[in-house]
Amino acid sequence: MDTELILGFEIHTELKTASKIFCGCPTVFGAPPNTQVCPVCLGLPGVLPVLNERAVEFALRTALALGCDIPGRATFDRKNYHYPDLPKNYQISQNYHPFGTGGAVEITLRDGTAKRIRINNIHLEEDAGKLLHSEVPGADWSVVDLNRAGVPLIEIVTEPDFRTPEEAQVFMQTMRSILRYIDVSDCKMQEGSLRFEANISVRRRGDTALGPKVEIKNLNSTKTVLRCIEHEFERQTEMLERGERVAQETRLWDEVRGCTVAMRSKEFANDYRYFPDPDLVPVLITAEMRERVAASLPELPAPRRRRFAEEFGLPEYDAAILTVDRAVADYFEEAVRICGKAKPVSNIIMTDVLAHLNDHGLDMEDFPVPARSLAALIGLMEEGVISTKIAKTVLRRMIETGKEPRQIVEEEGLIQISDTPALEAIVDQVIAANAAAAEEYRAGKDKAKGRLVGEIMKASRGKANPALVNELIDRRLRG
Amino acid sequence: MGLKPTYGRVSRYGLVAYASSLDQIGPLTRTVGDAALLLQAIAGHDPLDSTCAEVAVPDYTAGLREGLRGVRIGVPKEYFVAGLDPEVERAVRGAVEKAAELGAELVEVSLPHTPYAVGVYYLTATAEASSNLGRYDGVHYGHRAEGAASIVDLFSQSRREGFGEEVKRRIMLGTYALSAGYYDAYYLRALRVRRLIKQDFDRAFERVDVIAAPTAPTAAFALGAMADDPLEMYLTDIYTISCNLAGLPGISLPCGLTGDGRPVGLQLFSPAFSEERLLGVAGALEGVLGPAGAPPNL
Repeated sequence: MDTELILGFEIHTELKTASKIFCGCPTVFGAPPNTQVCPVCLGLPGVLPVLNERAVEFALRTALALGCDIPGRATFDRKNYHYPDLPKNYQISQNYHPFGTGGAVEITLRDGTAKRIRINNIHLEEDAGKLLHSEVPGADWSVVDLNRAGVPLIEIVTEPDFRTPEEAQVFMQTMRSILRYIDVSDCKMQEGSLRFEANISVRRRGDTALGPKVEIKNLNSTKTVLRCIEHEFERQTEMLERGERVAQETRLWDEVRGCTVAMRSKEFANDYRYFPDPDLVPVLITAEMRERVAASLPELPAPRRRRFAEEFGLPEYDAAILTVDRAVADYFEEAVRICGKAKPVSNIIMTDVLAHLNDHGLDMEDFPVPARSLAALIGLMEEGVISTKIAKTVLRRMIETGKEPRQIVEEEGLIQISDTPALEAIVDQVIAANAAAAEEYRAGKDKAKGRLVGEIMKASRGKANPALVNELIDRRLRG
Repeated sequence: MGLKPTYGRVSRYGLVAYASSLDQIGPLTRTVGDAALLLQAIAGHDPLDSTCAEVAVPDYTAGLREGLRGVRIGVPKEYFVAGLDPEVERAVRGAVEKAAELGAELVEVSLPHTPYAVGVYYLTATAEASSNLGRYDGVHYGHRAEGAASIVDLFSQSRREGFGEEVKRRIMLGTYALSAGYYDAYYLRALRVRRLIKQDFDRAFERVDVIAAPTAPTAAFALGAMADDPLEMYLTDIYTISCNLAGLPGISLPCGLTGDGRPVGLQLFSPAFSEERLLGVAGALEGVLGPAGAPPNL
């Protein structure tokens, strides 16, 4: 049966505010259980919430970055459901008047085509606590950690606009990139500060009505999301092929078994009974507020990518990679501002710098070589002091020692040999030792030259100026 | 006597919530002067309560001896209708006449949405209560049932055992009012009618300074007397509910006894954040109606 995937996301992002959304407790990740709590986030009888203004600013920043319509007045609602990680047994969220509606994210697929993913709404809410299931064998109890209860969250709800796993994958990267650019969240999926929930349905290609959607929770990495989409697409397609009806339900991703499993409906079949929270007053969003937040937004990844391609004459590929992470893009721009050589800077960042970060699990902010020093390294290359190959060695030494490139080059004698008499000696030596290759090249076999160049580079420990080596070989053998 | 301040006049922080948009702390005292002193102590802005108003707190004792000359007292015609006990009506009208003798001007006013107040109140209050009382589930707060087989059983058994009949009735009523498919017809409509009730008062206060009315349609009834007929009991709230829904200050003071010695209450309302006016009028009336006296032997 020819079926198509229909997918939408609900994205939860923990905001990097210093304190929780409705009280002054800190939001630091990883503290011992129940040490970052107070009467308000514990939901003690008699307490009241007071809204964190910074969380509102972050919500507005996100809404503006995603092109949402922002209302003049936003309100909070209570979402009522019983669960042990939710001490009040209601979550303060937004149902009727959220901070943003509409909007879209543009994604660029691998073949270069662009696609618009529509946003339904963006709302602000409090996170719940966490249940820690007992490691005691046979225990029939769990314990509750409420450190996370009350951490501000933004939920971004997309329309069901995804048709392929690739679109989902690119979107997840793009969304993470945008949220990090606007500095509202650290977006660490492994710590739960960025969580994707997928709503998946499958329909016969050509049908226009949407099938019953399956909501999937517990997806804690991009890889898991993609595996889950593929699995769920197959599962639902097979059900349709067998003529079965897909149930509208919530399923959990089971990492061990690599499949989704139904949640017990008795516990989770909820009517949330949303109503306006009488403990909070409406947030009035003035034109000045909107303008102030808009003015605080940085250049976003998509326009920055276009600008990098145009302003620096970079290939689309380079521009895309350099702009995924705001810190990488800033680093690139600073180095280019100093040395003026965009493509060489791009090359060394895309290969050596990003590989180093990737290998060591570091962020750009943790990279020990300042942009100024990288610019100096590119300067040495451009002046012909060192070759591209040596530059890679020097960069490694810069990372290890923190020294400036010129000092490393001088101390370790890595300066390129561009001195003709010195190089002539090496060339003669290599020709003498590789008489057969030399004879072949003299006889017109161009390929033989590569072997000679390789030997000369080896003999000079990579320092020989390649252009000069080529010239000297020709002078000797074809002169 | 009892004073219910303007919604937002006194912080609710620390007050165990029942109906958050209606809950308001107020003094219950022997005299109007004591109520003024207590309100002086508890009124004012609190950064821990977002619904607590940033309105300056006046000197509440200053107006207590000002007298009633020139004060326009509104008498709402919708409060003197069928269902009002004749003995209660006599005592309340008597008190209002005394105010006129002291120089107050009596003006008939209309609060046309009064008949809807009980319905609006019991939808709003129970809806909010159903959510506020959610936390008493035996996990974090409240009674915890023994021997529950699952988390869902723990919730339902604890709540079944821990709450009383009237509380359970209100939780169920409120849960129903907020349920999918009913929200628009009940809760949302109640919010709209609540605004109309508030507008009634705004219009009336264009013509008068305070409004006087019976506090309840009957004198006090015996404890548990209406336990079998909750609806009848809810209806006795009819006169006190409107000012609560409108968020306005109200004060109730004793204005006489029935033939069998049960106390009758007179209440006064005034515009939002004008408790000093309310206390002034109540203080002057207290002078002629006499102090509350000892509670009757029920």
